[in-house]
Amino acid sequence: MSQVDRQYLVPRGPSKIFALNFPLTVLIVAVASAGFLMLFSVAGGQIDRWAWPQLIRFGVGLAAMIVIAMVPIRFWRIVSPSAYLGALGLLVLVEIMGTVGMGAQRWIDLGFILLQPSEVMKIALVMVLAAYYHVLSPEKVSRPLWVILPLILILVPVALVLKQPDLGTALLLMMGGGAVMFLAGVSLWYFGTAIVSGAGLVYAVLKSQGTSWQLIKDYQFRRIFTFLDPSADPLGAGYHITQAKIAMGSGGFAGRGYMQGTQTRLNFLPEKHTDFIFTTLAEEFGFVGSMTVLGLYTLIIVFCMVSAMSNRDRFGSLLTGGITVTFFLFFAINMGMVMGLMPVVGVPLPLVSYGGSAMLVLLAAFGLVQSAHVHRPRQTG
Amino acid sequence: MKTTGEPAKGLLTRRGLMLLGLQFGVIGVLGWRIHNLQIVQNREFRMLAEENRINIRLLPPARGLVQDRNGRLLAGNRQNYRVVMVAEQVSDPEATLDLLGTLIDIPPDRREKVLRDVKARSAFVPVVVAENLSWDEIALISANAPVMPGILPEVGLSRYYPEGYATSHLVGYVGPVSERDLAKIEDPDPLLQIPRFQIGKTGVEQRLETDLRGRAGTQQIEVSAAGRVMRELSRSEGIPGDDVRLTIDQGIQDFAMRRMIGESAAATVIDVRTGDIVAMASSPGFNPNSFVFGISSREWKGLLDDEYRPLSNKTVSGAYPPGSTFKMVVALAALEAGVMRPNETVHCSGFTQLGRRRFHCWKRGGHGSVDLKNSLAHSCDAYYYEMARRVGADNISAMAKKLGLGIAHDLPLPAITEGLMPDRQWKVDNRKEAWTVGDSFNYGIGQGFTLASPLQLSIMAARIATGMKVMPRLVHTVGDNPPEVPEMAPLDINPAHLAAVRGGMYAVSNVPGGTGFRMRIFDDAMQMAGKTGTSQVRIITAAERAAGVTSNAQLPWNRRDHALFVAFAPYDVPRYAIAQIVEHGGGGSTAAAPIARDVLMRALYGEEPPLSAYPPEQRSQIEEQRIEQLAKYQEAVAAAGVADVPA
Repeated sequence: MSQVDRQYLVPRGPSKIFALNFPLTVLIVAVASAGFLMLFSVAGGQIDRWAWPQLIRFGVGLAAMIVIAMVPIRFWRIVSPSAYLGALGLLVLVEIMGTVGMGAQRWIDLGFILLQPSEVMKIALVMVLAAYYHVLSPEKVSRPLWVILPLILILVPVALVLKQPDLGTALLLMMGGGAVMFLAGVSLWYFGTAIVSGAGLVYAVLKSQGTSWQLIKDYQFRRIFTFLDPSADPLGAGYHITQAKIAMGSGGFAGRGYMQGTQTRLNFLPEKHTDFIFTTLAEEFGFVGSMTVLGLYTLIIVFCMVSAMSNRDRFGSLLTGGITVTFFLFFAINMGMVMGLMPVVGVPLPLVSYGGSAMLVLLAAFGLVQSAHVHRPRQTG
Repeated sequence: MKTTGEPAKGLLTRRGLMLLGLQFGVIGVLGWRIHNLQIVQNREFRMLAEENRINIRLLPPARGLVQDRNGRLLAGNRQNYRVVMVAEQVSDPEATLDLLGTLIDIPPDRREKVLRDVKARSAFVPVVVAENLSWDEIALISANAPVMPGILPEVGLSRYYPEGYATSHLVGYVGPVSERDLAKIEDPDPLLQIPRFQIGKTGVEQRLETDLRGRAGTQQIEVSAAGRVMRELSRSEGIPGDDVRLTIDQGIQDFAMRRMIGESAAATVIDVRTGDIVAMASSPGFNPNSFVFGISSREWKGLLDDEYRPLSNKTVSGAYPPGSTFKMVVALAALEAGVMRPNETVHCSGFTQLGRRRFHCWKRGGHGSVDLKNSLAHSCDAYYYEMARRVGADNISAMAKKLGLGIAHDLPLPAITEGLMPDRQWKVDNRKEAWTVGDSFNYGIGQGFTLASPLQLSIMAARIATGMKVMPRLVHTVGDNPPEVPEMAPLDINPAHLAAVRGGMYAVSNVPGGTGFRMRIFDDAMQMAGKTGTSQVRIITAAERAAGVTSNAQLPWNRRDHALFVAFAPYDVPRYAIAQIVEHGGGGSTAAAPIARDVLMRALYGEEPPLSAYPPEQRSQIEEQRIEQLAKYQEAVAAAGVADVPA
């Protein structure tokens, strides 16, 4: 393709705004709106407690998304290594001076926002891997030497996050990074090996309990065991899961009605405005409501994956794919967790849970997806 | 921009589809799970939600005790048996109350309130029908429980004041949290939201609320479909409130209350070495226990209508013209200003002429030639007209404030008065008139605008006695904290001047002819130095004089003079200072001094004062008076209603 063709095909200037992936934008707004509704409800009808701050942050994030989308994808590719190094630096920084919150060192207080470097890293990692495979010739991707480098890129931040300790984010990083490698065409043998050794690691972790080399925190053990048998400890650590299931289950087909969820109202639910917000939604809007939200998420995934697969720019394609998988992991882990399918690891429901850092980072990521979409190479056919 | 060739593109699409398929698989599992929970198991979970809720309740902590300085209990907690009605289990609340009414007494207004509450609240919220029941009554109700479904006996902790009458003004009382209380508090403790939770409403109970309250515990309970408690699952007790020890010595306090029985009076006794208030008695008292369960409107009205104002703490809230007890202040102001020497004499002819106005001395015939000592001993007014004229209002005001008058002292009590020690500017600001020499004359004898509380006068006496800046305090210790050691700075007053004034006070009580000589302490080791005061509430009018009214006894009670007495003892090594007022009691020497002497002696001897400490001719009378007053006091305490503690 010649220089002239591309100039003609890729929109320029203000008209770029019409090249945005509009269905995706509408879906994002729809999911976030469900979040505002629920935050208003769990605050007992108070708007300024959670819903309003969330709305403001969403507005800021949406604007950031559009700005990022307008910047050529080439620019984002070029800054990817720096973004990764920057995020890594921040992770090291929280290690040194982070604010201790909820038993884990995760935040840097920037004054106006509590920045969670691990959130930033989720995107930066996908970016740097996509850039890596953009440069690497496709024949080399499965050669051991060229597999080791991306593995290091993944495992360094994973190790730092595990040290915080934040098991949920560590898993997200590994799986998000793995997804980019998978899409880039790394041989399936490597993934098979990784799964087997992962299982081995889990075994080792469980074995380590109570020994001097214990690998995870006691509360994480408790959550895992409780997950395996919640009824054993209905008022201790199993409380969250049991109550969440009761809340969801009692919602039925049509739900208890907006702002009528008794479990939520009576404060049976923990962290009802953050990690457990889906249970409130499910209780108040029932099966219909839960499936609608799940459907919206699925549509976002589909639109993004189609965008990824149809993009002939390798960086844009891998970036979109990696971000899509990260987003998918977010809601899948959160829902699985509140429905008792996996341990409670503390992952928010994307775009819905209350929280500034995660919301802004997610919208920035969608900005990258949009940029890849806007600046995708067009074929004259 | 680098675009890859077709083979790689195909691989990407294939891998993309695999990944998408994997995601669909997971989403499918999530959807299946949602279906399972919300459709298949809905009935089961709905039942769990309705029937087996797990709830967390707050447990009110035990409120801290209030004790006197020796650990004697002034406010404690006791078990309180009560009976509640749960509306949802009662078919006909009125009939059930009728039935219950045959077993225990339910006053009509209480009954109406119960029926109102039953309607207003959720059906499962227990409504209290009767409280503070005896064990027999509870047993009776329990035995009849089967025929009265929804009527449940309960036991809780409630506040009680074993020394209620004597310490009512100090300790105060608790009551249920009101909307107004909640509005006043910035960051409410969740405890305050508990229905019927009680907080301090007045006195120490109110002012030391945060120390006394403690921290809530929690209880996890299983609740039924209706929200009623099924069983307790776990419990963590709260942290009880801190115990508070007051500086009060209940023995002295109770004695003072007894000694003032039948009077509208107040006394404050201070330990001059520390500033500890060992007694702060305001008569009559009331029964704080009445307020704990809500006072009846009849009793409340009775307290409000009583012209002796039992609800008022006269020791800190009462502001009275100090009368002649103020003369020490004027004398010290004059000595310090250098306008008078202790041995200098002033002639008293019974009155002082000021222009066309004539200012009388209380002694019509005059005292003749009077020096400082005699001016105090005989309470000569003319001497102080002259001193006030010489030294001026501003100097008097400054000296008064130095001695603790005209200042609101910081004690954990409500409505502490500042009193009034005016200077010339004050009159310009407040009366829009210039200060006159006549005003100074009135100032000189503690009349006119001058106002002071018994607390302030006792501080004045303590400061004169020690020459130190004695600061009053009421709280001895809070919790396990050690008591604070008072820091006392010397007053900036020439010790020789203080000694001269103390000498005058000694003469009042110990030299024949002194106004307080009759009420002396007949024990050389305990000799008292005092000052009488009689302050006019109003001037006897010319019309009344014409009608033959010349003395107090002929006036209605509320227009008679206030009787005052301030003193400290022992004279040579001061230990306690007292200020005594008897409202509309008549003369200070006859109404206030006898009470003050007795209370001071009770403090000095640490027990009922021995008869040998009274002048011989008074002993038999004192003995009779004691028996009479004890009977009257016991009657009053009983009438005020001591806590009827169930066995």
